[in-house]
Amino acid sequence: MNDFDYLRATALDEASTLAKTPGTMFLAGGTTLIDLAKCGVERPGTLVDITRLPDLSAVTVDEAGATIGALATMSRVAVDAAVTERYPAVSEALLLAASAQLRNMATIGGNLMQRTRCAYFRDPAGYPACNKRMPGSGCSALENVTRDHAILGTSDQCIALYPGDLSVALTALGATVRTTSREIPIARFFVEPGDRPDRETVLERGEIVTAVHVPASAAAANSTYLKVRDRQSYEFAAASAAVGLELEEDGRTIRDIRVALGGVATVPWRAEAVEAALRGRRLGETTIREASRAAVEGARSWYANGYKIELACRVVARAIMEVGGIK
Amino acid sequence: MASLRSMELEINGAQYALTIEPRVTLLDALRENLGLTGTKKGCDQGQCGACTVHVDGERVLACLTLAVQAEGRSIRTIEGLASKDDTLDAVQQAFIEEDAFQCGYCTPGQIMSAVACIREGHAGSDAEIREFMAGNLCRCGAYNGIVAAVRKAAQRIQGAAA
Repeated sequence: MNDFDYLRATALDEASTLAKTPGTMFLAGGTTLIDLAKCGVERPGTLVDITRLPDLSAVTVDEAGATIGALATMSRVAVDAAVTERYPAVSEALLLAASAQLRNMATIGGNLMQRTRCAYFRDPAGYPACNKRMPGSGCSALENVTRDHAILGTSDQCIALYPGDLSVALTALGATVRTTSREIPIARFFVEPGDRPDRETVLERGEIVTAVHVPASAAAANSTYLKVRDRQSYEFAAASAAVGLELEEDGRTIRDIRVALGGVATVPWRAEAVEAALRGRRLGETTIREASRAAVEGARSWYANGYKIELACRVVARAIMEVGGIK
Repeated sequence: MASLRSMELEINGAQYALTIEPRVTLLDALRENLGLTGTKKGCDQGQCGACTVHVDGERVLACLTLAVQAEGRSIRTIEGLASKDDTLDAVQQAFIEEDAFQCGYCTPGQIMSAVACIREGHAGSDAEIREFMAGNLCRCGAYNGIVAAVRKAAQRIQGAAA
Protein backbone atom coordinates (compact mmCIF):
# COMPACT_ATOMS: atom_id res chain seq x y z
CA MET A 1 0.00 0.00 0.00
CA ASN A 2 1.37 3.42 -0.94
CA ASP A 3 1.97 6.03 1.72
CA PHE A 4 -0.96 8.43 2.15
CA ASP A 5 -2.20 11.17 4.41
CA TYR A 6 -5.30 10.67 6.54
CA LEU A 7 -7.85 13.29 7.49
CA ARG A 8 -10.99 12.75 9.54
CA ALA A 9 -13.90 14.88 8.38
CA THR A 10 -16.32 16.22 10.97
CA ALA A 11 -18.79 17.91 8.62
CA LEU A 12 -20.15 17.08 5.18
CA ASP A 13 -19.17 20.35 3.49
CA GLU A 14 -15.68 20.06 4.98
CA ALA A 15 -15.33 16.56 3.51
CA SER A 16 -16.55 17.76 0.11
CA THR A 17 -14.08 20.63 0.06
CA LEU A 18 -11.15 18.42 1.11
CA ALA A 19 -11.91 15.92 -1.64
CA LYS A 20 -11.69 18.54 -4.39
CA THR A 21 -7.90 18.17 -4.25
CA PRO A 22 -6.82 15.62 -6.88
CA GLY A 23 -5.61 12.35 -5.39
CA THR A 24 -7.97 12.63 -2.45
CA MET A 25 -10.48 9.85 -1.86
CA PHE A 26 -13.23 9.22 0.66
CA LEU A 27 -12.80 6.37 3.11
CA ALA A 28 -15.85 4.71 4.67
CA GLY A 29 -15.88 0.98 5.49
CA GLY A 30 -12.68 0.55 3.49
CA THR A 31 -13.56 -2.93 2.27
CA THR A 32 -13.00 -1.98 -1.38
CA LEU A 33 -10.59 0.92 -1.07
CA ILE A 34 -8.03 -0.58 1.34
CA ASP A 35 -8.13 -3.85 -0.60
CA LEU A 36 -7.47 -2.07 -3.91
CA ALA A 37 -4.76 0.08 -2.32
CA LYS A 38 -3.02 -3.16 -1.28
CA CYS A 39 -3.35 -4.43 -4.87
CA GLY A 40 -1.72 -1.21 -6.11
CA VAL A 41 -4.85 -0.31 -8.08
CA GLU A 42 -5.69 2.71 -5.92
CA ARG A 43 -2.87 5.03 -4.92
CA PRO A 44 -4.54 7.76 -2.91
CA GLY A 45 -2.59 10.84 -1.86
CA THR A 46 -4.99 11.56 0.97
CA LEU A 47 -7.87 9.62 2.49
CA VAL A 48 -10.72 11.61 4.00
CA ASP A 49 -12.40 9.39 6.58
CA ILE A 50 -16.12 10.16 6.47
CA THR A 51 -17.27 7.48 8.90
CA ARG A 52 -17.63 9.93 11.79
CA LEU A 53 -19.84 12.41 9.93
CA PRO A 54 -23.05 12.89 11.91
CA ASP A 55 -26.61 12.04 10.80
CA LEU A 56 -25.79 9.83 7.84
CA SER A 57 -26.57 6.40 9.24
CA ALA A 58 -30.30 6.53 9.95
CA VAL A 59 -32.77 4.16 8.31
CA THR A 60 -36.29 5.60 8.12
CA VAL A 61 -39.23 3.84 6.54
CA ASP A 62 -42.57 5.60 6.02
CA GLU A 63 -45.52 5.43 3.61
CA ALA A 64 -43.53 7.12 0.82
CA GLY A 65 -40.52 4.87 0.98
CA ALA A 66 -37.31 3.88 2.73
CA THR A 67 -34.49 6.35 3.23
CA ILE A 68 -31.23 4.63 4.04
CA GLY A 69 -28.35 6.78 5.25
CA ALA A 70 -25.13 6.34 3.30
CA LEU A 71 -23.15 5.41 6.43
CA ALA A 72 -25.59 2.74 7.63
CA THR A 73 -23.78 -0.58 7.52
CA MET A 74 -24.93 -3.42 5.28
CA SER A 75 -25.51 -5.68 8.29
CA ARG A 76 -27.71 -3.14 10.04
CA VAL A 77 -29.90 -2.40 7.03
CA ALA A 78 -30.21 -6.11 6.22
CA VAL A 79 -31.96 -6.85 9.51
CA ASP A 80 -34.04 -3.67 9.74
CA ALA A 81 -37.58 -4.93 10.40
CA ALA A 82 -39.34 -2.41 8.13
CA VAL A 83 -36.86 -2.91 5.27
CA THR A 84 -37.22 -6.68 5.56
CA GLU A 85 -41.01 -6.44 5.50
CA ARG A 86 -41.54 -3.84 2.77
CA TYR A 87 -38.38 -4.25 0.65
CA PRO A 88 -37.40 -7.91 0.98
CA ALA A 89 -35.23 -7.81 -2.17
CA VAL A 90 -33.06 -5.15 -0.50
CA SER A 91 -32.65 -7.13 2.69
CA GLU A 92 -31.98 -10.39 0.84
CA ALA A 93 -29.43 -8.80 -1.51
CA LEU A 94 -27.54 -7.47 1.51
CA LEU A 95 -27.60 -10.76 3.43
CA LEU A 96 -26.40 -12.74 0.42
CA ALA A 97 -23.44 -10.41 -0.11
CA ALA A 98 -19.92 -10.77 1.29
CA SER A 99 -19.43 -12.15 4.82
CA ALA A 100 -20.72 -11.14 8.24
CA GLN A 101 -17.46 -9.29 8.96
CA LEU A 102 -17.51 -7.36 5.69
CA ARG A 103 -21.19 -6.50 6.11
CA ASN A 104 -20.40 -5.04 9.55
CA MET A 105 -17.78 -2.78 7.98
CA ALA A 106 -19.19 -1.84 4.58
CA THR A 107 -21.59 1.08 4.29
CA ILE A 108 -24.53 1.51 1.91
CA GLY A 109 -22.85 4.44 0.14
CA GLY A 110 -19.61 2.53 -0.19
CA ASN A 111 -21.46 -0.53 -1.42
CA LEU A 112 -22.74 1.47 -4.41
CA MET A 113 -19.16 2.52 -5.14
CA GLN A 114 -17.63 -0.95 -4.95
CA ARG A 115 -15.47 -1.73 -7.94
CA THR A 116 -15.16 -4.66 -10.28
CA ARG A 117 -13.49 -7.95 -9.30
CA CYS A 118 -11.94 -8.27 -12.79
CA ALA A 119 -8.74 -10.21 -12.05
CA TYR A 120 -6.79 -8.16 -14.63
CA PHE A 121 -7.97 -4.84 -13.21
CA ARG A 122 -6.87 -6.02 -9.75
CA ASP A 123 -3.36 -7.03 -10.84
CA PRO A 124 -1.43 -4.02 -12.22
CA ALA A 125 1.95 -5.77 -11.92
CA GLY A 126 0.86 -8.85 -13.85
CA TYR A 127 -1.36 -7.06 -16.38
CA PRO A 128 -0.26 -3.48 -17.09
CA ALA A 129 -2.91 -3.07 -19.80
CA CYS A 130 -6.27 -2.06 -18.36
CA ASN A 131 -8.50 0.64 -19.82
CA LYS A 132 -10.34 0.96 -16.52
CA ARG A 133 -7.13 1.73 -14.62
CA MET A 134 -5.54 3.69 -17.45
CA PRO A 135 -7.73 4.60 -20.43
CA GLY A 136 -6.03 3.76 -23.71
CA SER A 137 -3.69 1.12 -22.26
CA GLY A 138 -5.70 -1.82 -23.62
CA CYS A 139 -7.74 -4.64 -22.08
CA SER A 140 -6.02 -7.73 -20.74
CA ALA A 141 -9.30 -9.58 -20.20
CA LEU A 142 -10.26 -9.70 -23.88
CA GLU A 143 -7.55 -12.22 -24.76
CA ASN A 144 -7.59 -14.10 -21.46
CA VAL A 145 -9.87 -16.06 -19.17
CA THR A 146 -13.23 -14.29 -19.03
CA ARG A 147 -15.39 -16.62 -17.00
CA ASP A 148 -16.32 -13.85 -14.56
CA HIS A 149 -16.74 -11.08 -17.10
CA ALA A 150 -19.81 -9.25 -18.34
CA ILE A 151 -22.04 -10.22 -21.26
CA LEU A 152 -24.17 -7.06 -21.17
CA GLY A 153 -23.24 -3.38 -21.32
CA THR A 154 -19.72 -4.12 -22.51
CA SER A 155 -17.59 -2.15 -24.95
CA ASP A 156 -14.51 -3.00 -27.00
CA GLN A 157 -12.57 -1.20 -24.25
CA CYS A 158 -13.82 -3.05 -21.17
CA ILE A 159 -15.85 -6.11 -20.19
CA ALA A 160 -15.36 -5.85 -16.42
CA LEU A 161 -18.35 -6.98 -14.38
CA TYR A 162 -20.17 -4.88 -11.79
CA PRO A 163 -20.08 -7.30 -8.85
CA GLY A 164 -22.62 -5.83 -6.41
CA ASP A 165 -25.92 -7.21 -5.18
CA LEU A 166 -27.64 -4.31 -3.39
CA SER A 167 -27.58 -2.04 -6.44
CA VAL A 168 -29.35 -4.70 -8.46
CA ALA A 169 -32.25 -4.68 -6.00
CA LEU A 170 -32.21 -0.88 -5.90
CA THR A 171 -32.29 -0.76 -9.71
CA ALA A 172 -35.29 -3.07 -9.88
CA LEU A 173 -37.15 -1.01 -7.29
CA GLY A 174 -36.38 2.36 -8.92
CA ALA A 175 -34.31 3.87 -6.11
CA THR A 176 -32.80 7.34 -6.07
CA VAL A 177 -29.28 8.17 -4.90
CA ARG A 178 -29.09 11.36 -2.83
CA THR A 179 -25.81 13.25 -2.82
CA THR A 180 -24.47 16.47 -1.38
CA SER A 181 -25.72 18.32 -4.47
CA ARG A 182 -28.59 16.42 -6.15
CA GLU A 183 -30.85 13.41 -6.48
CA ILE A 184 -29.85 10.86 -9.11
CA PRO A 185 -32.19 8.09 -10.30
CA ILE A 186 -30.19 4.89 -9.89
CA ALA A 187 -30.68 4.09 -13.59
CA ARG A 188 -28.54 7.15 -14.35
CA PHE A 189 -26.07 6.74 -11.46
CA PHE A 190 -23.95 3.99 -13.00
CA VAL A 191 -22.21 4.51 -16.34
CA GLU A 192 -21.47 1.78 -18.88
CA PRO A 193 -17.78 1.61 -19.83
CA GLY A 194 -17.98 2.89 -23.44
CA ASP A 195 -14.66 4.50 -24.26
CA ARG A 196 -14.15 5.70 -20.65
CA PRO A 197 -14.16 2.56 -18.48
CA ASP A 198 -12.43 4.50 -15.70
CA ARG A 199 -15.63 6.48 -15.13
CA GLU A 200 -18.10 4.21 -13.31
CA THR A 201 -20.65 6.64 -11.85
CA VAL A 202 -21.81 10.17 -12.59
CA LEU A 203 -20.50 11.45 -9.25
CA GLU A 204 -18.34 14.58 -9.53
CA ARG A 205 -15.19 15.18 -7.54
CA GLY A 206 -16.11 16.06 -3.96
CA GLU A 207 -19.71 14.86 -4.34
CA ILE A 208 -20.73 12.48 -1.54
CA VAL A 209 -23.58 9.99 -1.50
CA THR A 210 -25.66 10.89 1.56
CA ALA A 211 -28.58 8.45 1.28
CA VAL A 212 -30.48 6.05 -0.90
CA HIS A 213 -34.24 6.43 -1.23
CA VAL A 214 -36.38 3.47 -2.26
CA PRO A 215 -39.97 4.41 -3.18
CA ALA A 216 -42.73 2.30 -1.64
CA SER A 217 -44.72 0.10 -3.99
CA ALA A 218 -46.68 -3.10 -3.96
CA ALA A 219 -44.01 -4.63 -6.20
CA ALA A 220 -41.29 -3.66 -3.70
CA ALA A 221 -43.23 -5.30 -0.87
CA ASN A 222 -43.49 -8.51 -2.92
CA SER A 223 -39.92 -8.75 -4.12
CA THR A 224 -37.00 -11.12 -3.93
CA TYR A 225 -33.32 -11.34 -4.76
CA LEU A 226 -32.08 -14.62 -6.20
CA LYS A 227 -28.34 -15.15 -6.39
CA VAL A 228 -26.73 -18.14 -8.11
CA ARG A 229 -23.01 -18.71 -7.60
CA ASP A 230 -20.21 -21.25 -7.63
CA ARG A 231 -20.35 -21.70 -3.85
CA GLN A 232 -23.37 -21.64 -1.58
CA SER A 233 -22.09 -18.66 0.39
CA TYR A 234 -19.52 -15.86 0.41
CA GLU A 235 -19.18 -15.59 -3.35
CA PHE A 236 -20.06 -13.11 -6.06
CA ALA A 237 -22.99 -13.86 -8.34
CA ALA A 238 -22.57 -15.95 -11.47
CA ALA A 239 -25.98 -14.47 -12.22
CA SER A 240 -28.57 -12.86 -9.98
CA ALA A 241 -31.98 -11.28 -10.35
CA ALA A 242 -34.03 -8.85 -8.30
CA VAL A 243 -37.73 -9.08 -9.05
CA GLY A 244 -40.73 -7.18 -7.69
CA LEU A 245 -44.23 -8.26 -8.62
CA GLU A 246 -47.72 -6.81 -8.18
CA LEU A 247 -50.75 -8.78 -9.33
CA GLU A 248 -54.25 -7.57 -10.24
CA GLU A 249 -57.12 -8.42 -7.91
CA ASP A 250 -57.65 -11.69 -9.77
CA GLY A 251 -54.39 -12.86 -8.22
CA ARG A 252 -52.87 -14.03 -11.51
CA THR A 253 -52.62 -11.11 -13.94
CA ILE A 254 -49.43 -9.08 -13.73
CA ARG A 255 -50.12 -5.41 -13.00
CA ASP A 256 -46.55 -4.32 -12.29
CA ILE A 257 -43.24 -6.13 -12.53
CA ARG A 258 -39.65 -4.95 -11.99
CA VAL A 259 -36.67 -7.01 -13.06
CA ALA A 260 -32.96 -6.28 -12.74
CA LEU A 261 -29.92 -8.51 -13.22
CA GLY A 262 -26.60 -8.82 -11.46
CA GLY A 263 -23.46 -10.81 -12.13
CA VAL A 264 -23.81 -10.45 -15.88
CA ALA A 265 -23.37 -6.77 -16.80
CA THR A 266 -20.96 -3.87 -16.46
CA VAL A 267 -23.58 -2.01 -14.41
CA PRO A 268 -26.68 -3.10 -12.47
CA TRP A 269 -28.91 -4.12 -15.38
CA ARG A 270 -32.62 -3.31 -15.57
CA ALA A 271 -34.44 -5.78 -17.84
CA GLU A 272 -37.23 -3.54 -19.13
CA ALA A 273 -37.89 -5.86 -22.07
CA VAL A 274 -38.81 -8.66 -19.65
CA GLU A 275 -41.07 -6.30 -17.73
CA ALA A 276 -42.82 -5.14 -20.92
CA ALA A 277 -43.28 -8.70 -22.11
CA LEU A 278 -45.01 -9.67 -18.87
CA ARG A 279 -47.07 -6.62 -17.89
CA GLY A 280 -50.76 -7.42 -18.33
CA ARG A 281 -50.06 -11.10 -18.91
CA ARG A 282 -51.29 -13.98 -16.82
CA LEU A 283 -48.72 -15.66 -14.57
CA GLY A 284 -47.55 -19.01 -15.87
CA GLU A 285 -44.31 -20.86 -16.20
CA THR A 286 -44.22 -20.97 -20.01
CA THR A 287 -45.05 -17.27 -20.31
CA ILE A 288 -42.40 -16.38 -17.74
CA ARG A 289 -39.71 -18.55 -19.32
CA GLU A 290 -40.37 -17.10 -22.77
CA ALA A 291 -40.38 -13.52 -21.48
CA SER A 292 -37.17 -14.09 -19.54
CA ARG A 293 -35.28 -14.67 -22.81
CA ALA A 294 -35.53 -10.90 -23.33
CA ALA A 295 -33.24 -10.38 -20.31
CA VAL A 296 -30.21 -11.13 -22.46
CA GLU A 297 -31.13 -9.13 -25.58
CA GLY A 298 -27.90 -7.82 -27.04
CA ALA A 299 -25.71 -10.07 -24.89
CA ARG A 300 -22.26 -10.89 -26.16
CA SER A 301 -19.98 -13.53 -24.69
CA TRP A 302 -16.21 -13.91 -24.74
CA TYR A 303 -14.38 -17.23 -24.58
CA ALA A 304 -15.52 -18.50 -21.19
CA ASN A 305 -18.57 -16.55 -20.05
CA GLY A 306 -21.15 -17.82 -22.53
CA TYR A 307 -22.76 -19.85 -19.75
CA LYS A 308 -24.04 -16.60 -18.24
CA ILE A 309 -26.46 -16.06 -21.15
CA GLU A 310 -28.51 -19.17 -20.43
CA LEU A 311 -28.01 -18.89 -16.67
CA ALA A 312 -29.27 -15.29 -16.56
CA CYS A 313 -32.52 -16.28 -18.31
CA ARG A 314 -33.10 -19.16 -15.92
CA VAL A 315 -32.32 -17.06 -12.84
CA VAL A 316 -34.75 -14.34 -13.96
CA ALA A 317 -37.47 -16.91 -14.64
CA ARG A 318 -36.95 -18.65 -11.30
CA ALA A 319 -37.01 -15.36 -9.39
CA ILE A 320 -40.27 -14.32 -11.09
CA MET A 321 -41.81 -17.71 -10.34
CA GLU A 322 -40.73 -17.44 -6.70
CA VAL A 323 -42.39 -14.06 -6.12
CA GLY A 324 -45.36 -15.24 -8.17
CA GLY A 325 -45.81 -18.30 -5.98
CA ILE A 326 -45.27 -20.75 -8.85
CA LYS A 327 -43.28 -23.80 -7.87
CA MET B 1 5.76 10.95 2.78
CA ALA B 2 2.80 11.08 5.10
CA SER B 3 3.55 12.30 8.58
CA LEU B 4 3.48 9.88 11.46
CA ARG B 5 0.39 9.99 13.58
CA SER B 6 0.19 9.42 17.30
CA MET B 7 -2.87 7.66 18.59
CA GLU B 8 -4.24 5.67 21.50
CA LEU B 9 -6.03 2.41 20.92
CA GLU B 10 -8.18 0.65 23.51
CA ILE B 11 -7.54 -3.05 23.19
CA ASN B 12 -8.97 -5.65 25.55
CA GLY B 13 -9.71 -2.90 28.07
CA ALA B 14 -6.16 -1.49 28.13
CA GLN B 15 -4.89 1.71 26.50
CA TYR B 16 -1.99 1.45 24.07
CA ALA B 17 -0.16 4.50 22.71
CA LEU B 18 1.54 4.23 19.34
CA THR B 19 2.93 6.44 16.60
CA ILE B 20 2.52 5.01 13.11
CA GLU B 21 1.88 5.92 9.49
CA PRO B 22 -1.84 6.30 8.68
CA ARG B 23 -1.58 3.44 6.18
CA VAL B 24 -0.83 0.88 8.92
CA THR B 25 -3.74 -1.52 9.26
CA LEU B 26 -5.17 -2.51 12.60
CA LEU B 27 -3.85 -6.01 11.90
CA ASP B 28 -0.26 -4.84 11.42
CA ALA B 29 -0.50 -2.47 14.40
CA LEU B 30 -1.65 -5.34 16.62
CA ARG B 31 1.00 -7.77 15.42
CA GLU B 32 4.01 -5.63 14.55
CA ASN B 33 3.69 -2.62 16.84
CA LEU B 34 1.94 -4.00 19.91
CA GLY B 35 3.08 -7.63 19.98
CA LEU B 36 -0.47 -8.95 20.03
CA THR B 37 0.20 -11.78 17.59
CA GLY B 38 -2.89 -13.85 18.42
CA THR B 39 -4.69 -12.13 15.55
CA LYS B 40 -3.44 -13.85 12.39
CA LYS B 41 -2.58 -12.56 8.93
CA GLY B 42 -3.90 -14.95 6.31
CA CYS B 43 -4.71 -13.41 2.93
CA ASP B 44 -4.38 -9.76 4.07
CA GLN B 45 -7.08 -8.93 1.50
CA GLY B 46 -10.34 -9.40 3.36
CA GLN B 47 -11.07 -12.86 2.04
CA CYS B 48 -10.10 -15.41 4.71
CA GLY B 49 -11.26 -14.09 8.10
CA ALA B 50 -8.07 -15.05 10.00
CA CYS B 51 -7.72 -11.45 11.23
CA THR B 52 -11.24 -11.18 12.67
CA VAL B 53 -11.43 -8.94 15.76
CA HIS B 54 -14.27 -7.09 17.45
CA VAL B 55 -14.57 -3.31 17.17
CA ASP B 56 -17.27 -1.85 19.43
CA GLY B 57 -18.58 -5.39 19.86
CA GLU B 58 -18.93 -6.20 16.14
CA ARG B 59 -16.75 -8.65 14.23
CA VAL B 60 -14.67 -6.94 11.54
CA LEU B 61 -11.55 -7.67 9.50
CA ALA B 62 -8.44 -6.06 10.96
CA CYS B 63 -6.60 -6.32 7.63
CA LEU B 64 -9.01 -3.91 5.91
CA THR B 65 -9.31 -1.54 8.88
CA LEU B 66 -6.75 1.22 9.29
CA ALA B 67 -5.51 1.40 12.87
CA VAL B 68 -6.31 5.12 12.88
CA GLN B 69 -9.96 4.31 12.09
CA ALA B 70 -10.16 2.36 15.35
CA GLU B 71 -9.15 5.36 17.43
CA GLY B 72 -11.73 5.92 20.17
CA ARG B 73 -13.29 2.52 19.55
CA SER B 74 -13.20 -0.50 21.83
CA ILE B 75 -11.14 -3.30 20.27
CA ARG B 76 -11.21 -6.92 21.40
CA THR B 77 -8.82 -9.59 20.22
CA ILE B 78 -8.37 -13.29 20.98
CA GLU B 79 -5.98 -12.32 23.81
CA GLY B 80 -8.87 -10.60 25.59
CA LEU B 81 -11.36 -13.43 25.38
CA ALA B 82 -10.47 -15.60 28.38
CA SER B 83 -11.25 -14.14 31.79
CA LYS B 84 -8.49 -12.69 33.97
CA ASP B 85 -8.04 -15.99 35.85
CA ASP B 86 -7.48 -17.73 32.48
CA THR B 87 -10.88 -19.41 32.42
CA LEU B 88 -11.53 -19.97 28.74
CA ASP B 89 -14.46 -18.43 26.95
CA ALA B 90 -17.24 -20.93 26.18
CA VAL B 91 -16.31 -20.86 22.48
CA GLN B 92 -12.61 -21.49 23.18
CA GLN B 93 -13.54 -24.42 25.43
CA ALA B 94 -15.89 -25.89 22.82
CA PHE B 95 -13.22 -25.62 20.09
CA ILE B 96 -10.89 -27.74 22.23
CA GLU B 97 -13.56 -30.29 23.12
CA GLU B 98 -14.73 -30.66 19.49
CA ASP B 99 -11.20 -30.69 18.04
CA ALA B 100 -12.25 -27.81 15.80
CA PHE B 101 -8.87 -27.21 14.19
CA GLN B 102 -5.90 -28.94 12.70
CA CYS B 103 -3.03 -26.50 12.12
CA GLY B 104 -4.74 -23.83 14.22
CA TYR B 105 -3.82 -20.82 12.13
CA CYS B 106 -7.39 -19.77 11.33
CA THR B 107 -8.59 -20.59 14.86
CA PRO B 108 -8.32 -17.16 16.55
CA GLY B 109 -10.34 -15.65 13.71
CA GLN B 110 -12.81 -18.54 13.79
CA ILE B 111 -13.29 -18.09 17.53
CA MET B 112 -13.70 -14.30 17.40
CA SER B 113 -16.18 -14.73 14.56
CA ALA B 114 -18.06 -17.48 16.41
CA VAL B 115 -18.38 -15.42 19.60
CA ALA B 116 -20.04 -12.67 17.55
CA CYS B 117 -22.09 -15.15 15.51
CA ILE B 118 -23.62 -16.57 18.68
CA ARG B 119 -24.21 -13.11 20.16
CA GLU B 120 -25.93 -11.98 16.93
CA GLY B 121 -28.33 -14.92 17.26
CA HIS B 122 -27.07 -16.58 14.09
CA ALA B 123 -26.18 -19.97 15.55
CA GLY B 124 -29.67 -21.48 15.61
CA SER B 125 -28.97 -24.39 13.27
CA ASP B 126 -26.01 -25.98 11.52
CA ALA B 127 -27.10 -24.37 8.24
CA GLU B 128 -27.25 -20.95 9.88
CA ILE B 129 -23.86 -21.46 11.52
CA ARG B 130 -22.33 -22.42 8.17
CA GLU B 131 -23.85 -19.38 6.46
CA PHE B 132 -22.83 -16.86 9.11
CA MET B 133 -19.36 -18.37 9.59
CA ALA B 134 -18.74 -18.38 5.80
CA GLY B 135 -16.30 -15.49 6.09
CA ASN B 136 -13.79 -17.66 7.98
CA LEU B 137 -11.91 -20.11 5.80
CA CYS B 138 -10.08 -23.18 7.11
CA ARG B 139 -7.60 -24.66 4.67
CA CYS B 140 -7.29 -27.82 6.80
CA GLY B 141 -11.01 -28.37 6.32
CA ALA B 142 -11.92 -28.64 9.98
CA TYR B 143 -15.38 -27.31 9.24
CA ASN B 144 -17.33 -30.18 10.77
CA GLY B 145 -15.55 -29.68 14.08
CA ILE B 146 -15.98 -25.91 13.85
CA VAL B 147 -19.73 -26.19 13.29
CA ALA B 148 -19.99 -28.67 16.18
CA ALA B 149 -18.01 -26.33 18.46
CA VAL B 150 -20.13 -23.29 17.60
CA ARG B 151 -23.31 -25.31 18.11
CA LYS B 152 -22.10 -26.60 21.49
CA ALA B 153 -20.95 -23.18 22.68
CA ALA B 154 -24.22 -21.59 21.56
CA GLN B 155 -26.21 -24.19 23.49
CA ARG B 156 -24.12 -23.64 26.64
CA ILE B 157 -24.34 -19.86 26.41
CA GLN B 158 -28.06 -19.92 25.73
CA GLY B 159 -28.55 -22.50 28.51
CA ALA B 160 -26.65 -20.29 30.93
CA ALA B 161 -28.70 -17.27 29.93
CA ALA B 162 -32.05 -19.08 30.24
